[in-house]
Amino acid sequence: MSEQTRSAAAELPRSAVAVPERTDENGLPRPNFLRDGGGTLWSWLTTLDHKRIGILYMIMVMLFFFVGGLFALLVRLELFAPGEQFFGPDTYNRLFTLHGAVMIFLFIIPSIPAILGNFVLPLQIGAKDVAFPRLNLASWYIYMIGAIFALYSLVTNAADTGWTFYTPYSSSGSDTAVISITLGAFILGFSSIFTGLNFIVTVHKMRAPGMTWFKLPLMVWALYATAIIQVLATPVLGITLLLLVLERAFGVGIFDPAMGGDPVLFQHFFWFYSHPAVYIMILPGMGIISELITTFSHRNIFGYKFIAFSSLAIALVSFLVWGHHMFTSGQSEFAVMLFSFLTFMVAIPSAIKVFNWTTTLYKGSISFSVPMLYALSFLFMFTIGGLTGLFLGALSVDVHVHDTYFVVAHFHYVMVGGTVMAFIGGLHYWWPKMFGRMYNRTSAVAAWALVFVGFNMTFFAQFILGTQGMPRRYWTYPEQFQSLHGFSSSGSLVMGLGFLIMGVTLLAGALRGRVVGSNPWGSLTLEWTHATSPPEPHNYPNTPVVENGPYDFDKLVPRVDAPGEPGPEPEPAPAK
Amino acid sequence: MADAEAAEHPKYLQHHFSDAAQQRESSKLGMWIFLVTEVLFFGGLFTGYAIYHSWYPEIFHAASRVLDWRLGMVNTFILITSSLTFALAIRMLQVDRVKAAVWNLAATFALAGGFMVIKYIEYSHKFHVGQLPGKFYSYGGIDVANPHVFFSFYFMMTGLHGLHVLVGMGVILWLLIRTARGRFGASYHNPVEVAGLYWHLVDLVWIFLFPLLYLIA
Amino acid sequence: MDTTATFWMPPSASTTAGDVDSLFYFLLWVSVFFFALIVGLSILFITKWRRRKGDTGRLDTGPTKNTLLEVAWIVIPTIIVVIIFVWGFRGYMNLSVIPANAMEVKVTGQQWFWSFQYPEGASTVNELVVPVDTPVKLTLSSQDVIHAFYVPSFRIKRDVLPNRYQFAWFEATHTGEYDLFCAEYCGSKHSQMTGTVRVLSGADYKAWLEGAALAGEGMAPAEYGGRLYESKACVTCHSLDGTPGNGPSFLGVFGHEVTLEDGSTVIADENYIRESILNPKAKLVAGYQAVMPTYQGLLSDGEIDALVAFIKSVGGEGE
Ligand code: HEA
Ligand code: HEA
Ligand code: HEC
Ligand code: CUA
Ligand SMILES: [Cu+2]
Repeated sequence: MSEQTRSAAAELPRSAVAVPERTDENGLPRPNFLRDGGGTLWSWLTTLDHKRIGILYMIMVMLFFFVGGLFALLVRLELFAPGEQFFGPDTYNRLFTLHGAVMIFLFIIPSIPAILGNFVLPLQIGAKDVAFPRLNLASWYIYMIGAIFALYSLVTNAADTGWTFYTPYSSSGSDTAVISITLGAFILGFSSIFTGLNFIVTVHKMRAPGMTWFKLPLMVWALYATAIIQVLATPVLGITLLLLVLERAFGVGIFDPAMGGDPVLFQHFFWFYSHPAVYIMILPGMGIISELITTFSHRNIFGYKFIAFSSLAIALVSFLVWGHHMFTSGQSEFAVMLFSFLTFMVAIPSAIKVFNWTTTLYKGSISFSVPMLYALSFLFMFTIGGLTGLFLGALSVDVHVHDTYFVVAHFHYVMVGGTVMAFIGGLHYWWPKMFGRMYNRTSAVAAWALVFVGFNMTFFAQFILGTQGMPRRYWTYPEQFQSLHGFSSSGSLVMGLGFLIMGVTLLAGALRGRVVGSNPWGSLTLEWTHATSPPEPHNYPNTPVVENGPYDFDKLVPRVDAPGEPGPEPEPAPAK
Repeated sequence: MADAEAAEHPKYLQHHFSDAAQQRESSKLGMWIFLVTEVLFFGGLFTGYAIYHSWYPEIFHAASRVLDWRLGMVNTFILITSSLTFALAIRMLQVDRVKAAVWNLAATFALAGGFMVIKYIEYSHKFHVGQLPGKFYSYGGIDVANPHVFFSFYFMMTGLHGLHVLVGMGVILWLLIRTARGRFGASYHNPVEVAGLYWHLVDLVWIFLFPLLYLIA
Repeated sequence: MDTTATFWMPPSASTTAGDVDSLFYFLLWVSVFFFALIVGLSILFITKWRRRKGDTGRLDTGPTKNTLLEVAWIVIPTIIVVIIFVWGFRGYMNLSVIPANAMEVKVTGQQWFWSFQYPEGASTVNELVVPVDTPVKLTLSSQDVIHAFYVPSFRIKRDVLPNRYQFAWFEATHTGEYDLFCAEYCGSKHSQMTGTVRVLSGADYKAWLEGAALAGEGMAPAEYGGRLYESKACVTCHSLDGTPGNGPSFLGVFGHEVTLEDGSTVIADENYIRESILNPKAKLVAGYQAVMPTYQGLLSDGEIDALVAFIKSVGGEGE
């Protein structure tokens, strides 16, 4: 295909832009879902609108991100030097446990599916809502109840078991409030199951006419694969945590060696959920990256089907590798071999995605909007995180680095460098859709730069710490690790500042930012081409009929409704 | 579909569905997926049971002997019958015989209640003699090491199952009232249908529990 | 001895470490290659095809599929990971197949210290002493929760479980002292559950064994007790300056009245101290938990006498 000029393109069909029938004094569409029901608190707490529920989730989940981040900063401050800096060992152990538990159960698992998934999934498939709006609201309330249990643990005696709750320490060794935090995680599991269930049914049954499976945006594929894992893995965690609670409360004896039980059995149960859970965390992030890279490269995705099916492949194989967290626990050589092999197999679909994204940049028309900056940092950092996963899957190397800072660095590179980057990139991307307003580009870029630099300072140092033999969950450490720990701690402050600025920027943007039209980025998916910003209460006045693929930038020129942030001039409305 | 929307917009059709068929299929698929999660939930316990049974068959065989298999058997019949009456209720609604449906639902409810009464008798006996899980175990009549592990499993599995029966009874009662008020009929009875799926699962779980707990001796 | 340490790895001091390191560096270079490939190409593409003013309307021209390319980047990584897998598994088998002629040391982990029992009958706490160039088999078990035995310089790690024996082995190649860590989180003092592996030459090891049998000879009992206080890890829970830790401070215990958990009181005399060491659960001090491990079998009578003398010397009756 040769490069076509604009005049030639003008002959081709152009995708629509939704124009609101009426606007209010600020230029925002009226009606819009934010103002629906008068916008009272009560109307929000009883809403059945998936977009509002997404925003309810966002408020709570972001709150917990900052709470978890605060714990992380305290952890880093304590580790600045060996010996007691600010806290004793008992406080430290509670801090990293709460940091891990809050970040995993209250932040990262619900983050993308429950916030952005809720908001965009029905919009992207042209539906009016998810299949079960009441269940959707219920899942938010269940989340709140779970959070209350977790917080209750926090204000009583906290917990010091690590987020993995290994028995027998958690069942009989620790004298902290383990029961309430595990019950909290148990309840949060239901919230996650219901979200997943809702998404599966929605994707199967609620697609707009013409929205075939291979016209689904890749975000939807990713959420669908995630939902499968949520539904299949979470109940197992539920029963495991319930058993732990019963073990602690009644001494039922299943994990207790004194009664012939086996503490390692708990680890099997736990990781049977928690390994697939790491893909609950990353898959939706990968979905976002597919959206961002296409939109800001202005180009159809390379290898749509490979990306779509690799999500499913990850979802299925991820159930068979849990044992790689237990290579030193004395499993049989055969089991260890199998788990290691399958671990490598599950890395391949991720590799496929990374290569396809990189190729999508080839001959694109790339603009460096804020979401794209996050998407590019995702490529950079997830690659590091994923490749270091290969070190961990390699048996003899894992024996050395297991339970050291190498593992800590690995999972922060995939979870923060991967998921959190994708999530924040997604927030910056859909923010104008949610609120109809744009944040300040300069301060958003500054926040991104601080996060990027601070993150790599914090966690790259930890790879070296880990290979040098620094164990994790250590309150103090031998002298020789001090300089790297000090460096890592300094980096965490830079990163913290970055996240703080990011939060303020987004908030200010939502409240007072410049009003943008329905398609500021020039995207081609339905929520940009057919819905106003913010969308109307029932999304689409007329159910859209889908004719093109989600990234057909080679067939369509999207109409940009208002200037995007940087480079491109607005696309003038086509002469009809 | 747009035409269908305009032509037929009955009260029970929720606004975000485009037609009744879509609504019915969605709720059915939703329930099936929910049942999958339930199976996995119980599956965790069954796995634990299988592992322990293979480690310590003697505990299970010896302890299982103190359970009264006749009560278990009666309960099995009760639950199977209740599944039948539930299915009949749905059938009656399909052919619009609302009154018969009400009676069948009432029978289902009564049978479920009967199940719980028998469970209550069993439980209270066990509490009385101290055949309890874990550290509360105080019964002296079983001559193997750690017999309390069996009762841990017994109480967890039947307890979780009993909880499901109770929830089911709540749902059946609610359906019963709504059916009696004429909310359901041949054209619309989704909730009854999906609750029926749930009830069959509860029944099915018991069909596995009964031999595993009562009949292994 | 530190010559084998690198930027990434601590000194390597066992026969199996070399293979682990080679695989590590292989992985590192594979990673550097793919990272450079991906980031390099991305940077190339985004600079070359960055959007310039006025080209908003350009229809996209890049390819959207190429089956050959897809197959290539599925097959090539698969081959690479299979190599890594086989290599890693062979290394793992090296670590788990224990040479038949290995000398056997029994290792016990408990909150929060390690104790070692040697075939000749000696025992140490938090310090494993072994001869160089000799395979050593470790039989690991735990008294309470899960710990993990980790010696970075040997590249070995093994979880230590309460309900079964675990095994590990190594053959040290260099004399010297190496860090020993507990790598599985085990509660309050997990990070202080550390120790040293001292690798001695064959002759030094023999001399050490003999010395261990004669330890304390020619030392005042209280002084020897002071050594034991540190080497047997009493120091992790009992302070000498009056600050309570996991256990009560030794300052001013001896000869004083101690209130027990059940409200009764006893005078801390020699027999009480002895009982507290051998059977700590018999009389619990009020306000503390029963976390003190029994030292039954870990201390000889002479050592207990020395500890009693030491505790006596720390603010005894006189004050
Ligand atoms: C978002 C979460 C996330 C993701 C996506 C991953 C992805 C991967 N993880 Fe990670 N992992 C965690 C979160 C995650 N992990 C967490 C939280 C823990 C620790 C929990 C705890 O103990 O507290 C952990 C721990 C962990 C362990 C246990 C370590 C130990 O305790 O000893 C292992 C071992 O195999 C492992 C492996 C992998 C692998 C192989 C991948 C792969 O999926 C990675 C695939 C990606 C790539 C490979 C990169 C991109 C591809 C290329 C650049 C092309 C070139 C590729 C090849 C040549 C193959 N992880
Ligand atoms: C989504 C998951 C997630 C996220 C986002 C993070 C984010 C961070 N984590 Fe991590 N972490 C885990 C999941 C996560 N973590 C898990 C599961 C564990 C294992 C726990 C266990 O062992 O049981 C762990 C463990 C862990 C450890 C190891 C502790 C140990 O083993 O002893 C460390 C140490 O450096 C650490 C640091 C950090 C830092 C610095 C961040 C930063 O990225 C945080 C950045 C965010 C903020 C800083 C908040 C925003 C800003 C403010 C609150 C304003 C105030 C700040 C300033 C003005 C400077 N984390
Ligand atoms: C893991 C922690 C721990 C270690 C290690 C430990 N102790 Fe203790 N010790 C305790 C605790 C807790 C108590 C108080 C509860 C009790 O009486 O058991 C205690 C009580 C005692 C007492 C009674 C003190 C009093 O005030 O009445 C003596 C004596 C004692 N320990 C001696 C020792 C000696 C000697 C060693 C080492 C050889 C040692 N302990 C190692 C935790 C420990
Ligand atoms: Cu013992 Cu950590
Ligand atoms: Cu994993």
